[in-house]
Amino acid sequence: MRIDCPYCGARDLREYTYGGAAAYLQRPEAEAEAAADDAAWDAYLHLRDNPAGRTRDLWFHEPCATWLEVERDTVSHEIFATRALAGVRT
Amino acid sequence: MRYSGLRVFTQGLLGNTGWKPAWRKPAPKAEYDVVIIGGGGHGLATAYYLAKKHGITNVAVLERGYLGGGNIGRNTTIVRANYFLPGNSEFYSHSLKLWEGLEADLNYNTMHSQRGLINLFHSDGQRDAFARRGNAMLAQGDDAVLLSREEVREKLPYLDYEQARFPIYGGLYHPRGGTARHDAVAWGYARGADQRGVDLIENCAVTGIDIAGGKVTGVQTTRGAIRAKKVAMVVAGRSSQVAEMAGMRLPIESHVLQAFVTEGLKPVINHVVSFGMGHFYISQSDKGGLVFGGDLDFYASYAARGNLPRVEQVMEAGMTLMPMIGRAKILRSWGGIMDMSPDGSPIIDRTDIDGLFVNCGWNYGGFKAVPASGDSLAHLLATGRPLEVAKGFRLDRFRTGRGLMDEEGTGSQHNLH
Amino acid sequence: MSTRPRSQSHRIPGRGLIDRTKPLRFQFDGRSYEGFAGDTLASALLANGVRLMGRSFKYHRPRGVLTAGSEEPNALVTVLEDGQHTPNIRATMQELYAGLNARSQNRWPSLGFDAMAVNDYASPFLSAGFYYKTFMWPRAFWERLYEPVIRRAAGLGALSGVADTAVYEKAFAHCDLLVIGAGPSGLIAALSAGRAGADVILVEEDRRLGGRLLADQPLIDGKSGVAWAEGIAEELASLPNVRVMTRTTVTGAYDGGTYGALERVGLHLAPRAELPRECFWRITARRTVLSAGALERPIAHPDNDRPGVMLASGLRAYVARWGVNPGPVVVFSTNDSGLEAARALTRMGVEVAAYVDPRAVPVVEEFPVYAKAQVVGTQGRLGLKTAAIQHAGGISQVDARVLALAGGWNPSVHLACHMNGRPAWSEKIAGFVPVADMVPGMAAAGAASGVFSTAGCLADGLKAARAALDDLGIAAPDVPLPLAEDAPYAIAPLWAVDAGGRAWLDFANDVTTKDVALAAQEGFASVEHMKRYTTQGMAPDQGKSSNVGALAVLAEASGQSIPATGTTTFRPPFVPVSIAALGAGGRGEGFAPRRLLTSDAQSRAMGAPMIEAGLWYRPSYYPREGEADWRAACDREVQMVRKYVGITEVGTLGKIDVQGTDTARFLDFVYSNMMSTLKVGRARYGLMLREDGFVMDDGTCARMSDTHYVVTTTTAAAGLVMRHMEFAHQAFCANLNVRFTSVTETWAQFAIAGPRAAEVLATVCEAPELPFMGCAELEIGGIAGRIFRISFSGEMGYEVAVPTRYGADLFAHLVRAAEALGGGAYGMEALNVLRIEKGFLTHAELDGRVTAEDIGLGRMVSAKKDCIGKGASQRPELVAAGRAQLVGLLPVDPAHEISAGAHLYASDAKPLRENGQGYVTSVGPSPTLGQWIGLGFVVNGRKRHGEVLRLYDGLRGRDVPVQLVDPVFYDPEGGRMRG
Repeated sequence: MRIDCPYCGARDLREYTYGGAAAYLQRPEAEAEAAADDAAWDAYLHLRDNPAGRTRDLWFHEPCATWLEVERDTVSHEIFATRALAGVRT
Repeated sequence: MRYSGLRVFTQGLLGNTGWKPAWRKPAPKAEYDVVIIGGGGHGLATAYYLAKKHGITNVAVLERGYLGGGNIGRNTTIVRANYFLPGNSEFYSHSLKLWEGLEADLNYNTMHSQRGLINLFHSDGQRDAFARRGNAMLAQGDDAVLLSREEVREKLPYLDYEQARFPIYGGLYHPRGGTARHDAVAWGYARGADQRGVDLIENCAVTGIDIAGGKVTGVQTTRGAIRAKKVAMVVAGRSSQVAEMAGMRLPIESHVLQAFVTEGLKPVINHVVSFGMGHFYISQSDKGGLVFGGDLDFYASYAARGNLPRVEQVMEAGMTLMPMIGRAKILRSWGGIMDMSPDGSPIIDRTDIDGLFVNCGWNYGGFKAVPASGDSLAHLLATGRPLEVAKGFRLDRFRTGRGLMDEEGTGSQHNLH
Repeated sequence: MSTRPRSQSHRIPGRGLIDRTKPLRFQFDGRSYEGFAGDTLASALLANGVRLMGRSFKYHRPRGVLTAGSEEPNALVTVLEDGQHTPNIRATMQELYAGLNARSQNRWPSLGFDAMAVNDYASPFLSAGFYYKTFMWPRAFWERLYEPVIRRAAGLGALSGVADTAVYEKAFAHCDLLVIGAGPSGLIAALSAGRAGADVILVEEDRRLGGRLLADQPLIDGKSGVAWAEGIAEELASLPNVRVMTRTTVTGAYDGGTYGALERVGLHLAPRAELPRECFWRITARRTVLSAGALERPIAHPDNDRPGVMLASGLRAYVARWGVNPGPVVVFSTNDSGLEAARALTRMGVEVAAYVDPRAVPVVEEFPVYAKAQVVGTQGRLGLKTAAIQHAGGISQVDARVLALAGGWNPSVHLACHMNGRPAWSEKIAGFVPVADMVPGMAAAGAASGVFSTAGCLADGLKAARAALDDLGIAAPDVPLPLAEDAPYAIAPLWAVDAGGRAWLDFANDVTTKDVALAAQEGFASVEHMKRYTTQGMAPDQGKSSNVGALAVLAEASGQSIPATGTTTFRPPFVPVSIAALGAGGRGEGFAPRRLLTSDAQSRAMGAPMIEAGLWYRPSYYPREGEADWRAACDREVQMVRKYVGITEVGTLGKIDVQGTDTARFLDFVYSNMMSTLKVGRARYGLMLREDGFVMDDGTCARMSDTHYVVTTTTAAAGLVMRHMEFAHQAFCANLNVRFTSVTETWAQFAIAGPRAAEVLATVCEAPELPFMGCAELEIGGIAGRIFRISFSGEMGYEVAVPTRYGADLFAHLVRAAEALGGGAYGMEALNVLRIEKGFLTHAELDGRVTAEDIGLGRMVSAKKDCIGKGASQRPELVAAGRAQLVGLLPVDPAHEISAGAHLYASDAKPLRENGQGYVTSVGPSPTLGQWIGLGFVVNGRKRHGEVLRLYDGLRGRDVPVQLVDPVFYDPEGGRMRG
C-alpha cells in the first residue's frame, strides 16, 4: 500500500502508523451534561461505522510527523484522497 | 452415521461407497425458533449446544458462503487458556475443558493436540508480567509453569540463545495449550448440529433484519424471508454490517491479520512457541507445515489479505528467534478479518432489540473460544441468562467502564489489542 | 557411497542449450553422475537415465519429474552443504554446479525401497478425510501414539535444525513498467517500452530469456526462437533504462503497484560465504504486464503417476533445451499442442511409440496415432514400462519409457488473482483467464491471457506495452510485429479417464479422482470444502498442475459447470519463498535497532551487565571486587545514594522540546494537571491520560522560558507520546502556535543523586541556587547544558544534560567526582529499589489499566480545565468504589522474600480467582528498611493499610503474609529531596 503524503509524496505503508477511524476528530464537547456524556464518550471512543467499502481514517506519517485523513476503500484498499489534518503548512 | 476405526476399515473394503453426507443441505423453512446468522465456528457451535444441551432444535444457521469459511478456516489453530483478567480467565478455562472432551462429544477427530505452549520473556519486567498471568491461571485451576532459561532450552533447543536481539530469560509454559485441526472443528459441530435436527443453510446471505415494535421478528435473505423468535448475529469480522441492518452501531473495527504456512517438513517444532517481543507465534501442523503469524497489519480492512511490511516483520522475528527455520519456504500466506473490540475481549450479550443477540469481538483469539462461545450464546438464547463464565462479556461495559478486560493494557483503540 | 561414474547415456548428440565443453560432476543419493553446464539437476539426472527422483507424500509412491519448471510437484530433493542442507528443492529449478550434492527425501531406508510404501496397499482405508473419523480412542493416545506416528510419516524434507547463517538480502526497486516473464510477449513488451525510454524492469524466473521459445524453438522472422530471444536480450542489455532480472520470480502482487520478487542470487553456484543465496525484492511499478505464460496440465488416468510420466511441455524442454533422449514415448493429448509436441519430438529424433488422442484426429503422421482413444493404465514399479491404450480395436499395451501428458494449458493467472479478483472461465481454451483490472495497473498478455500461438503472443505483448505506455503518457515507438507461427489451438478437454483404479490429480499430495468424488459424496461439494477435505492443491506446488482438473472432476461429481463450481483463492507467494529471504537482516541482533547510552562503553568496561529496556541497553549494576552477586552490588549502590552520591545515565527517557507562544495552553490540554501555571525556571511532575481516561504516561515538564518547555516521557512511551502530542495538536487545536521536536538523542542526561550531589555538581559547573523542582540553562564545563533539580531516588539530586557528544566525558567526570566522595555509578537494580522505597511508579504500575485515582493521583486531574482523557475518566464505574488501588507491601516476617506477579488473597482464603484481592507489580530488597518491599494493587487498598493479606505465588512456590502499607516507604514527607 502506498499513501500520498502532502509533503513527501507517495510513500510506502511501512512509513505510516494507523490511528483509527476519522470519527476520532469529532471530540465531544467538554461541558456536556454528565449523563449524556457517558453515551457521547462511548460513541466517540468505541462505536464505529466500520464500513466495508469507502471509509475515512487517520494515518501518521512518521518521517515528517504529519497526521493525515485518508479516504480509502477497506475492501479493495484503493486510496482516493489524503489531506493533512492541520492543512498544509508553508 | 457413527464414525470409528472399524467403519473406516469396513468402508475401505466396500470401496468407500457407503459414506453418507456429513450434513444435509436443507431448504430454509418459513419459521424457526432461533435463527443464527453466520455458519462459522461460533455459529455452528451455538447451534450444536442449543440442540444438545437445551433441546432446541428448530434452529437454522444461515451462512452466506460455505460452512466454516471464515476465520475458523483461516487461523493458526492455537488452543489455550492462559488469560489473566477475571472475566476472561474463567471463560477460556471452560473452553479448554470443552475442547478436552470435544472429540468424544462430536464423534469427530478434531486432532486437538495438547503439545504445550510456551510464552517467552526477555526481561525481568516481562517475567513478572507473565508471572502475574501464570498465577492467575493457577488461581483459575489451570496449569502454568514458569520456566528458567535453561528449562526453555531443554524444550526448545533450536532457539537462538546466544545472538538473539532480545535474549531469552525464560518462558511461561502452559502444558495443556496446543493446537487443533481448524476445519475439523467446524465440520464436527456442523455434523453434530445437523444430526440433532438443526438446518444448516449455505449460500444464504442475510439482507435484512425484521424488527417490529422493538422486537425482532425474522430475517430477509437471498433465499427468502425467514421468521424467527430469536436471532443471533454471529458473524465476526462482518458484525458491523449485520448490526447495521438492525440499526445498531457496534464497538467493533475490522482489521486484517495475516498468517503463514510453509511447505511440509519432518517434525522439528513440537510445541506452540510465542515470542511476544517480536509479535510472532509458531507451531507445526500434523502435515508438517510450520504455521505461524504475527501482529495485525494495523489498518481497518475487509480484504482478507495483507501487505509486505507485516510479512517481512514476521519473518524477521522468526529469524531472530529461531534461525534454523531460515530454509523453510513459505508456501502460502493469507489474511483474515478480525472483529477488534475496544478492550480486546469479546461480547456475548442481548441487544436493546428484544430477541436480537450478538456474539462478536473475538479479536484474533476466536478459534480457541469456539466451544465456550457456542455454549455461552446457546445458554443465553435458551434461558435468557448469561452463562456464569461469560457474564463479563457485556455490550455496555465500554459505556460504563465496568469490567473492562484489557489484557494488553493498550486502551480503547481497536487495532492495538 | 560413491560408485563409478556413469556416462550421460541419454543425451542426443549435438542438441540442446548446454555447454558440452563444461562437464560437471554431481551426486544424487550418494551416487556420482556427470552433467553439463546449463543443466538442471532434473535434466542431468534424466540424461543419465535416472527417472526415479522422489516419493509421494501420503502413499510413498515412486515418482519422477513431471515438469521442467518451478511448478514441479514430484521431484523435490534436499541439497546438502557442509553442515547445512536445504529441503524441498525442485530438481527442475536447481541448476547444476560442480559438486552439487542432492538427496531424495521422504523415504526410508532408500528411494528404491521405501518401507512407508506399505501405505499404498492400505490406500482403501486412507481415503480423503479418513483421519477425522478415527484415532479418537482412547483420548490420551492422540498425543502419545497416533499423532507422533502421523507427524513422522507426514512432511517432505527435513530441516537441519542448524541456524541458517548464510547471507540473504532485501532490496527495493521502482519502475514505470514491470514486465513479468520473458517469453515472446514479455520480450517484445519490454523492448517496446525500453525503446520508448520508459523505466523498465523485466523479470524472468529462468536463467535466460525466451520462455517457451527455448523449448519449442519456433521460427520468428525466419530465425530460430532461441536466436531471436538472444537478439532481443542483447538490445535490452544495451538500454540503460531497462533492468533485466533473471533467476527472479515475482511472488506476489500487493497494494499500490507493489510486487514481491525472489532473486536466486547464488543458488546456482556452490555455496560461497560472500554471495547472498537469495534477495527478496520489493518492486513498485506504475504499470505491469503479466506475461508469465501458461502451465500445462496432466490428464487423470489410472496409474498416471509413475516415474516416466511427464507433461508433454516438460518433455519437449528436456529434449530440445537439454538434449535429453528419453527413450520411446507415448503422447496422450487432448489438444493440438500435444499433437505438435509429438511431431516436434519426432523431428528431434525421439521415438514416438504412440500418439493417443480422444478426439477424432487424422491418423496420418510419422508415428502411430490412436484417435478416439485414451490411456487406461500403466505398468512399471520404479519406472514406466508400458502404457495401456484403449481404442476402437480394444486395449493395446505399448512399451515406453516416457508417457507425455498434454491435458491443455492453464494461463498463469495467479498473480492477477492475488488481490481477490476471480478469473473467468474460457470455453475456448478450457481454462481460466484473467479479466481486466483484477490488479490495478496490471494487464495480462500472451499465454497468460489465453493466447497460445507465437504470433498471437508477440502481437499481444506489443499491444499490452502500447496500452501501458499510453497510460504513462509515453509515446510508443514503432516496433514491427515479427513473423511467426500462428497455429490455432483446439482442445476437447478430457479431465479424467474413467477406467477404474486410482487416477491422480494432485501428485504432490496424493489426491486422486476418487478422493474428490468421495468428498462430493460426503457433502464437501463446495470447492473450498473439497480442497480442505482432500488437501487438493495444498502441497508445495499449490495445485498448479492439478487445481483445474480437480475442479472439473468435482463439477462433474456434483452436477455443476466448472465456472459455477468456482475456484479456490489464489494466495501469495507464487512459488515458495524461504523464511530467511523474506526475513533477511532479521537474524541475531538485526531484528531491532540497538539504542546505546553515551555511557554504554564505560559501563561495559566497568563490568556492568547490560539489560534491555525496550530498544535501549542499560547497566544493571556495577560490580565491585568481593561482591558475590547482583544483590550485594545493588545493596551497596542503594546505600551509596542514600548516604553519599550516585551517578546514573537517564538518557533513555523520552525528551520532547515544545516551543511556541501557545505551548502552555497546549500542555494544559495533553496533561491532566495544570502546566500553564508553571513558573519559568520550574519543573512539575505531569500525568498524561489516554482519551479513554486511563493513565498513559508520566514525566516532568520543565519551563525554560515563557514559550519553551522541555517534557520527559518514560523510556517505553517516548514514541507514543510524541505521536499523541502531534495528534492532539493537529487534530484538535492546529490553530495553537506550538511545535514539537524529539530531542531524546540530542541530550545526554545524568542523575546525580544523594546528599552530596551538590558537591559533585560543583566540580562541573557553577550551579545557580536552584530550589527543589527548579531548572535552568547553564554552562557545564564550557558547554551549553541544562540542569534540573528533580529526583527519582528520593534524595537531594540533580539531572544534568549536555549535548550527546559530550555525554561520555561528562559521565566519566561525574563518576570520578562521586567516587572521590564515597559514591559512584549505580545501575537499574538500585534505581528500581530506590524508586520503590519512594513509591515512585514505572510501567510495571502504569500498565495501561489504571486510572489516576487508582494510583492515588486523582487530584492531579484538574477540575479547572478540559484535558485529553478527562471526559472518559468520569465514566461511572471508573470512579466507583471497588477498584484496585496502589498500596505498599511489607512481608510480615522481614526475612521473607516476595515476588512481583504474585496475587493477593485474604489471609484465610484459598488462592482461587474468585478470592482475588489484588496483585504485586514491583518488588525489591530494600537495604534501607532491611527487608523486601513491594508495590501492588489491592481492592480499595488505600483504606486497608495495616491489613495483612496472603501473598501467593504458586509459580515460584511462595506463600507469604504481607501487610498493606502506604506506598511511600522512605521519607514520606520528602524532606530529603527537598534538601
